[in-house]
Amino acid sequence: MSAVKIDKSVIGRNAGEPIYLDYQATTPCDPRVVEKMLPWFTEKFGNPHSRNHRYGWEAEEAVEQAREQIADLIGADRREIVFTSGATESNNLAIKGVAHFNKDRKNHIVTVVTEHKCVLDTCRHLEQEGFRVTYLPVRPDGLIDLGQLEEAIEDKTVLVSVMGANNEIGVIQPLAEIGALCRRKGVFFHTDCAQAVGKISLDVNAMNIDLMSISGHKIYGPKGIGALFVRRRPRVRLVPLINGGGQERGMRSGTLATPLCVGLGEACAIAKAEMGAEAERLRGLRDRLLKGIQARLPEVYVNGDLDRRLPGNLNLSFAFVEGEGLMMGVKDLAVSSGSACTSASLEPSYVLRALGLDAEMAHTSLRFGIGRFTTEADIDYAIGHVADAVNHLREMSPLWEMHQEGIDIKSIRWAEH
Amino acid sequence: MAYSDKVIEHYENPRNVGSFDKDDKDVGTGLVGAPACGDVMKLQIKVSADGIIEDAKFKTFGCGSAIASSSLVTEWVKGKTLDEAEKIKNTEIAQELALPPVKIHCSVLAEDAIKAAIADYRKKTGEGDDVPEADAAAG
Repeated sequence: MSAVKIDKSVIGRNAGEPIYLDYQATTPCDPRVVEKMLPWFTEKFGNPHSRNHRYGWEAEEAVEQAREQIADLIGADRREIVFTSGATESNNLAIKGVAHFNKDRKNHIVTVVTEHKCVLDTCRHLEQEGFRVTYLPVRPDGLIDLGQLEEAIEDKTVLVSVMGANNEIGVIQPLAEIGALCRRKGVFFHTDCAQAVGKISLDVNAMNIDLMSISGHKIYGPKGIGALFVRRRPRVRLVPLINGGGQERGMRSGTLATPLCVGLGEACAIAKAEMGAEAERLRGLRDRLLKGIQARLPEVYVNGDLDRRLPGNLNLSFAFVEGEGLMMGVKDLAVSSGSACTSASLEPSYVLRALGLDAEMAHTSLRFGIGRFTTEADIDYAIGHVADAVNHLREMSPLWEMHQEGIDIKSIRWAEH
Repeated sequence: MAYSDKVIEHYENPRNVGSFDKDDKDVGTGLVGAPACGDVMKLQIKVSADGIIEDAKFKTFGCGSAIASSSLVTEWVKGKTLDEAEKIKNTEIAQELALPPVKIHCSVLAEDAIKAAIADYRKKTGEGDDVPEADAAAG
């Protein structure tokens, strides 16, 4: 077997390229994952559903081993893992699948305003079909209020869908408490854990999770693959989105992509082995970034709870500096902004707005995503680079000038355009 | 989003950043946009006794295109009469900077900022009676 040589030290840091600090958007494939995937493209190309020869058998074995590795990471049984094309499909399958299967008995879903667009959009579609959806608000720290969740669950509620960790602000919802509540109320509990899997420890049984969405490319696995955990006892039944040969126990037809399945499995195995040490290292880098920036700049605010948060996430508002302008200034960094201007909609981040942030503060935010290949040198460079850019833009900002002169910006009557 | 070379150039080397004393008789100040919308421009002009804009300064809270638009117009208004400066159109700004459709509002805001600064100057010097109000900002 000829392995591709991948130098770990260059990931996210090729000469002249920006430092990659956007690990919540996607992650590079771990070279160890790529290594495991390679033979399944060429020599071992069999269809894992071919039952009549060795090519099929070995592919099936590889896929089943991957299923086991995924299940292991979240405390599930391998028969509870359904391969999908990614977390978006998993979320669609979980929510639509459960809603449609139970539509004659129940027609109400509870979710949260800060969920990923693919959950919210799926719920909107179900509303058009006649389902009712309650969108729970979040507190200023980004977490839901369990009392409000309990109140929202009614006799007709079939499913509660609450994400594990938020993609923008990284806050971790109280999954165990939500799971216990849902079990007590006899409601299925789905959680979009695209950002949480492999980053924090998860146990589907301890947390009473019935359905969990998993993404490959958020955990140093390949793009184009994900999984849905579907509980067997008590059994959760779904109407499939994709019909065909009945693969994946009828829940997701289509030939499995053996190399991608193997890659996701390996990514999960690595995460399981290294999660503890990695989380500690990332938390250290995150705290170093925050402290470094705050030591250099006044008027910097953390969005979302800092403690109940993914170790590799930091979302900051730099008051009086617009986020997209700032992103242009930190051109040596690859980061994201919650500013309107980065989206086609011209609306600032709905997640930040849901925290109760003023639109102007939502416009000034940057998301730093720190991950497996981020180094201390990257963080130290980022601190100086961000501080320089913010200072430069504040010198240019009429709002900063007013703030320095003691004028309250909220006291001005702005012509909103 | 990819920026045009001209936007990047103005963003990296903004012209005429700063402030004049807004209470000076020969200074007109325009403050347009809103923080909640992600764009605020302050444009100031210093007008000579014979009605020529002899200097201009800006400060902008906004994206790169907003900063570039305001930087560009400070260059354009210098040396112009008030009437000439008032004729600067957002389409000219957008064209010069090759702004994509989603950024046209930045050029609209820059045009509004010029008009607002001129209106402020005229109001101060008492020659503003026949001047129409600046168009409401759009975007």
